[in-house]
Amino acid sequence: MTSVRRAAVIGGNRIPFARSNGAYAEASNLDMLTAALDGLAARFGLAGVEVGEVAGGAVLKHSRDRDLTREAVLGSSLAPTTPAYDVAQACGTGLETVVLVANKIALGQIESGIAAGVDSASDAPVALNDDLRRVLMKLNGAKNLQQRIAALAGLRPGQIVPELPRNAEPRTGLSMGEHAAITALEWGITREEQDELAVASHRNLAAAYDRGFFDDLVTPFLGLSRDSTLRADTSVEKLAKLKPVFGTRGKNAAAATMTAGNSTPLTDGAATVLLGSDEWAAERRLPVLAHVVDAQTAAVDFVHGEDGLLTAPVFAMPKLLARNGLTFADIDFFEIHEAFASTVLATLKAWEDPAFAEERLGLDAPLGPIDRSKLNVTGSSLATGHPFAATGGRITATLAKLLHEKGPGSKGVISICAAGGQGVVALLEGA
Amino acid sequence: MTGDLLRDITQIGLVRKLGVPRIPVLRRYEPGAPLLDGPALVGVIGAGRFAEPIRALLTAAGVADAGDEGRIAAVVLDASAVRTIDELAGVQQFLTPTMRRLQPCGRVLLIAPEPDPADPEAAAVAQAFDGLVRSIGKELRAGATANLLVTTAETDPAALDPSVRFFLSARSAYVDGQVVHVGPPVGRAVDPAAAGDPAPADEPLSGRVALVTGAARGIGAAVAETLARDGATVVAIDVPAAGDALAKVANEIGGTALQLDITAPDAPQRIVAHLEERHGRVDVVVHNAGITRDKLLANMTADRWNAVLAVNLRAQLAINAALGEVLSDTARIVCVASTSGIAGNRGQTNYAASKAGVIGMVRALAPQLAPRGVTINAVAPGFIETEMTAKMPVATREAGRRINSLRQGGLPVDVAETIAWLARADNGGVTGQVVRVCGQSWLGA
Repeated sequence: MTSVRRAAVIGGNRIPFARSNGAYAEASNLDMLTAALDGLAARFGLAGVEVGEVAGGAVLKHSRDRDLTREAVLGSSLAPTTPAYDVAQACGTGLETVVLVANKIALGQIESGIAAGVDSASDAPVALNDDLRRVLMKLNGAKNLQQRIAALAGLRPGQIVPELPRNAEPRTGLSMGEHAAITALEWGITREEQDELAVASHRNLAAAYDRGFFDDLVTPFLGLSRDSTLRADTSVEKLAKLKPVFGTRGKNAAAATMTAGNSTPLTDGAATVLLGSDEWAAERRLPVLAHVVDAQTAAVDFVHGEDGLLTAPVFAMPKLLARNGLTFADIDFFEIHEAFASTVLATLKAWEDPAFAEERLGLDAPLGPIDRSKLNVTGSSLATGHPFAATGGRITATLAKLLHEKGPGSKGVISICAAGGQGVVALLEGA
Repeated sequence: MTGDLLRDITQIGLVRKLGVPRIPVLRRYEPGAPLLDGPALVGVIGAGRFAEPIRALLTAAGVADAGDEGRIAAVVLDASAVRTIDELAGVQQFLTPTMRRLQPCGRVLLIAPEPDPADPEAAAVAQAFDGLVRSIGKELRAGATANLLVTTAETDPAALDPSVRFFLSARSAYVDGQVVHVGPPVGRAVDPAAAGDPAPADEPLSGRVALVTGAARGIGAAVAETLARDGATVVAIDVPAAGDALAKVANEIGGTALQLDITAPDAPQRIVAHLEERHGRVDVVVHNAGITRDKLLANMTADRWNAVLAVNLRAQLAINAALGEVLSDTARIVCVASTSGIAGNRGQTNYAASKAGVIGMVRALAPQLAPRGVTINAVAPGFIETEMTAKMPVATREAGRRINSLRQGGLPVDVAETIAWLARADNGGVTGQVVRVCGQSWLGA
């Protein structure tokens, strides 16, 4: 084994993200992931090239999507001898694939790899009713007529109702938005600051598109060439007119702040990131935009404990910074996934809170405030939308390009919250 | 698939028996195909220097000598030493018996001298070949073509090779009635020993890095595919909105896709930076990207005018100006013009102005680039079957297809083959030329 080296982020490709039941209503996860891989292959001349591995995943998967990533590789222009595997960590999936591929490159196990993620809220799996499924499994296992009749006797009219995927935590029954609303209330996040963050996201994304920033990060798909959620002309005034949709029940209903305007809509899309060793990049004359320096995951007990569902990055970030001897003052770009505007704002407040730092993070002082002009400078999920597993790849490629523009030694962090009370954060350095 | 139903109908035996003239199916190049599918006849009038090297080229390519009897696939006449009307009569004497022997998709290639301003008769005779070859093109049937290479006293016979191969082969299927000047190769003389191995015959662009704008579809996609087929590594450019089609083209040919709007102020710098980073140089630049915004001049708006000029002309100028040192010392620039830029076209004042402008740019840049070993030429497509022409009204489309010597529209690959010929490293003798790919259209001759 060779010594540990830093994996290079060479570039990325994603398809524009589409509001669910919109432009990609008829597209499957496989279609979208294959298209994103093909766009990446075209950008970096990888047609027919064997890449070290492709790690990918989707949060919402059909049973037919077993080995989704490998199937996408086989359908793409990459060499069919490129190995691939699926990863699942809710909305952390995309960034986790980056970490996995980067670590293998760091250890010298592979020279190149692609991290990927995809999700469709339009083509979501609808499964058989669980009771019906059990009857059918029993029928399948029956060895004689008697057993078959016995199995069929288990059929009930109610079993015709299918299992629909729900955007709800299995252990609390609350939707992600309801969980976020609890956190927003706890941290006293106002409607105005959420709407301001949402407007900034749309304006930053629109400006980035206009200056051609995404020319080498996005490849059109099915007639869409920009994210369909993007509203370049939105304003705080327009967003103020929307009615709250989360936290609208119970005793705090009057204090509800989260609207469709400051929450990410369900979205379809796919994203990929090309990583490699510096040597591999140099051999192929490919650019090195940034290096993956470090990453950290964390999880919180949102079921029984006092922490919010989407607050795990609050705990992961201080560990990441401490291990690398950094403070917020050293960071040039903060990419904090905007699951909800309130999630970002609650995360920032937790990092600024001295009591929280001392009691919960075990720090003498809080991480402190961040310069808002360094936050999500080319927009984030509120404007692009958020196809769950695709967000990590979108952010990694975007940040790597920003760091490359900023210059060698510049630093950026990524923070992604995930269902199940999990979070993934990563540190990149510009090359 | 050309969508040319009439051509297909005229292939049917019964239809031909009714006396409907057959619209020929043109011979087109496939990798590995022979240079000619029959014997060739090579003649010379007087002290022409080119006949012998051409005979050697044909022999090496496995083409038999046609002799005095039977069908011939190609007639080549070296008339480069012809200076008098009496000698010109020898041209007629030689060519007349060959006309009826020419097989379908046959080739007539004449080699004439450049007009000598000091000798009125020689100048007149040299110019006479223009009228002669264009008339032969109009008399030939069954997909045969006639073209003219104009040489000077300095023209090295070896410099003629790529052009002889192109005009005799199926690659020039839709190039008819064209006059091309072949001079001494541009740049410093290259020692053949130091030049390295010549490119393999079936991959004449082997090892060359080619940039193609507007490569997502139509003619641009065909250019990218053809250059890659001939061995080039292709950087395919198109606007971000066409990126999915562009990626498909790039992946199919093992090239790369670069999404950008060539009219953006920083586009030339981004293109040059990309070429330097990924390849360290560029050997072939094909300015193919173009748009139409048709309106009668009476209804023309500044937006429509400016959009067409920006893409079709200003971007080419800006990119050429920025290429600088990234151009290799055998670089070839090929600009796609249009027969509309030569003949004009109703409703296309903006487009025709831009395409005529391209020709002006090529003529201005050719002498500037020559000392560096770089050539620049224009290719002017006539009626080419593309998505754009498929959307034309039926009558306009039918007229466009038929008003040329080959009585059909060309294919994108016909333009691409012509560009691939001009892109060759060994084709340094052709620069500042405008080659129409129009089946000898009646327009703009």
